[in-house]
Formats: sequence, structure tokens, C-alpha cells
Amino acid sequence: MALRIPCPTCGERAIDEWVHGEIINVPAEITDPDRRDLDRGYFHNNTEGVVEEAWFHLYGCRRWISLRRDTRTDTFL
Amino acid sequence: MNEFWEAKVRLQWAELGESYDVVIIGGGGHGLATAYNLAVHHGITNVAVIEKDYIGGGNSGRNTAVIRSNYGKPEPVRFYQRSVELYRQLESETERWVMHDERGLWWLAHTEAGRRQERARAEINRAFGADTTFVEPEEIERGIPGINMDANGEFPITGGSFHAGGATARHDRVNWAFAEGAMRAGVTIVQGVTVEGLMMDGDRVVGVRTDRGNVAAGTVVGAVGGHATTIASMAGVRLPIRTHPLQAFVTNHYERTFDAIVASNDLGFYLSQTARGEILGGSHIDPQPSYSRRSGHDFMSEISRRVIALFPFMGRLRVLRQWTGICDMSPDYSPIMGLTPAPGFLITTGWGTWGFKAIPASGEAMAQLIATGATPELIEPFSIDRFANDRTLADRGSSGTH
Repeated sequence: MALRIPCPTCGERAIDEWVHGEIINVPAEITDPDRRDLDRGYFHNNTEGVVEEAWFHLYGCRRWISLRRDTRTDTFL
Repeated sequence: MNEFWEAKVRLQWAELGESYDVVIIGGGGHGLATAYNLAVHHGITNVAVIEKDYIGGGNSGRNTAVIRSNYGKPEPVRFYQRSVELYRQLESETERWVMHDERGLWWLAHTEAGRRQERARAEINRAFGADTTFVEPEEIERGIPGINMDANGEFPITGGSFHAGGATARHDRVNWAFAEGAMRAGVTIVQGVTVEGLMMDGDRVVGVRTDRGNVAAGTVVGAVGGHATTIASMAGVRLPIRTHPLQAFVTNHYERTFDAIVASNDLGFYLSQTARGEILGGSHIDPQPSYSRRSGHDFMSEISRRVIALFPFMGRLRVLRQWTGICDMSPDYSPIMGLTPAPGFLITTGWGTWGFKAIPASGEAMAQLIATGATPELIEPFSIDRFANDRTLADRGSSGTH
């Protein structure tokens, strides 16, 4: 789906201008430092629902912004 | 699937019982092939396959139906080559026509680096049993009808590889062949049943909770596409998976034979002609992780431009349909199969954009694992442990393509 991402400086822009950034959340239950490093490197929440994520407006204002998106419908909240 | 086809392929639906030796979540190709192999080759018939929607309705019915083994590392080449061989036998094995058509796949390079990569691909393929040769641009021009060798100057073809084992099959028929064979051998397959959770005994998975009641199981297999993370999290298992949409399309009927299967990393697409004459194509995954199956015009306009640069005659064709599947992408572009940290819970996932071609080999290996309790040597490299053990299988042969 052609996502359009709402930029607070530039307005709504097509996804081609953006870089997606995942906000890494290693679960607190993982306490061993090595396991935490492993989780940070490879594992993902991959949430089916609302996620908080970062987007970098590479071909626009070149700022990172934080947005909430529902991954089931690709709508921004 | 309508009633005509149900009669034609003789599917016999059963009611979901209360207890099975093996419960497989997900009635796609991988789940059905695992059930088929358990029942037919290992005599384990007390098996249920639980499908939320209809069998083969997820990625098993949305892929671009290419079978190949021209990967870039020894372990995947061996594994997918086993699948290429099992696909060759599938029609005699299941006594069902799956429209298997081995016509060869051309992988194009457009740069000097790409040319070197195709040389390396051919070498490693031959070393591990796949039939791939490096080809010069002249051979490509002779072999692929209607190709524009300089792609309007944008992507001139510098070489490529020809994979003789490259094939296509009708994906629905593959699903039905496995489903019917499994049903005949006594497997219960249910549609329209949603798994809501897993029954746990401490760490151990002992069954599934569905919207039609609890089902006890000796072994539970997570064989879903797209929602693997959701199912695994019910067992407390974290996966190195991100789910991305992938779009595909077919054109209207092209009245001549276009026999080649063509793929290009640089142009980012792959296409082939279906038995109905349509040109079927797909491209990269969408950049954002998402469970949405909506298709978009940006994909269609970009891929059309690239396809027409390489095949100007396709500019006359019209796009008939486009659709989207959601792909479980692993960090190293290789599947994840086998045991998990939760006892009693097995997984086959990370099938990203290369799942269809692996269906027979993955079904065979997963059934062996369930029947014997020992991970077969063929799929041992694809265990989820590889991330902790620093043995990932990053493979450019699969990245971003079918």
C-alpha cells in the first residue's frame, strides 16, 4: 500500500521519501546481558497492532519523528 | 474453494476432535505437506491441521509459484535442491496434476559486480547439486524472446546464470494435492477455526485453544505465514521475524509463448507466464513492517516501468489483477525450522518470499523431525539457535526476490 506519512514540518509525504526506524524494545524479562544483546541484534516484537516507531524524512526535512501506526491497517493514529 | 473444486479434488472435511498426536496451526502448503508426510510416510495419522480462513488462502495461494534451488550458500542450495527433486516427483507421488513445468530460470546481471555474482552462483550451485551455468549476454539474447538487451541504457545486461532446474507449478493444486493425500490417509483438516492461544503445562505446549474449544496435542507445529510471531508469542517464544507486505500482479493474456522464467536483482523483479497466458510478476517487499494486505499504485507504476524497459512488448499488456501477501522476513533471508525453546512446540517460519518452492522439502523434513524427535541433517542449519550461535545464513540468492 502506498503509505503517506504525516510530517509535522513538510505535511503528508509518500513513503519513498522516508526511512523506517524500529524502536528496539528488549523485554524486561530477559535479564542476562548476552541474551539482551542477542535480542537487540536479531529479535523483534513484530507487533500485530499499534506500534510506536521512528521515521526519518530523508528526502524532506531530514528529521526523525516518532509516530504511532496500526500495523493491521497501516493507519497512523 | 467452491463446491465444484471440492468434488474435483475430493476433499473430505471432518469435525475438529478434542485430542491429537500432532496439531498443525496453518493450512498452507507447509502445514499440509507436513501433515501429508506424517500420515503417508510415517504412519502418524492422528493429526489435525487448523486453518483460520481456507486452505491455501494465505501466501501459499498468493506467491508467484517459482521453484528453484540457485541459492548462494551450500546449506540452502542442498535444501532447495531436495525440494526441486521432490516437486519433480510430486505428481506421481500424489497422483494429482499440479501443472509442474520445468522450463529453466534466467537470472540477469546488469553490472560487473552482478556478473561476478552470477559466476559465483553457478559455481556453488554445481558444487552442491543444482544445475546452474553462467551465461554470456549473447546466450541470453538467444534464449529469452523479446528481451531489450540494453534496457534503454538504464540496466544493460552484462551476463547472467541459467538454472535448468527452475520450474513453476500451480500453487493451489500443490496445496490441494497435499490436502487430499493427507485427508485420504486420515488427517483431520478444518477450515474457519481460529487459534486463540496455546495450552501450556509450565514451559511445555500441550495443546491449542480455539474458538471451537480446546484441542490437546502431543506436538504443536506453528506453520502459519505472516502471523508466525503472534502464534509463537502464545508459547512465549520470541522470533527474529519482521512481517512485510509483498505485492504481485498478473497481466491479461499474452497470445504467444513466453517460456522463460526471468529474475533480476538490480531491476528488482521476476516474472513468468502462467498456463493461462498471463504474465505473472512480483517485486521487492514493502519497506515498512506491516500486516496489511492492501495493494498500491506506486508499486504497479514502478514495476511496470522496469518490466517495460527490459521487455518493451509487455507495454501492450494490461494489468488484470494485483494482490498482496504478508511475508515473514528473517534477518538472514533464510527460513527458521525445527524445535523451539518451548518443549512440544515446533515451528516452520521465516519463509519470507521463498516459501512456495520449499513446501515438499520442508514438509518432509518437519515430518521426520516430529516422527523421530531428531532434527534431520538437511534442516539442522536452519534452526532458530543459529542466531545465538553466530551461524546465520545471510544469502544474497534469496534476498528480496522470490
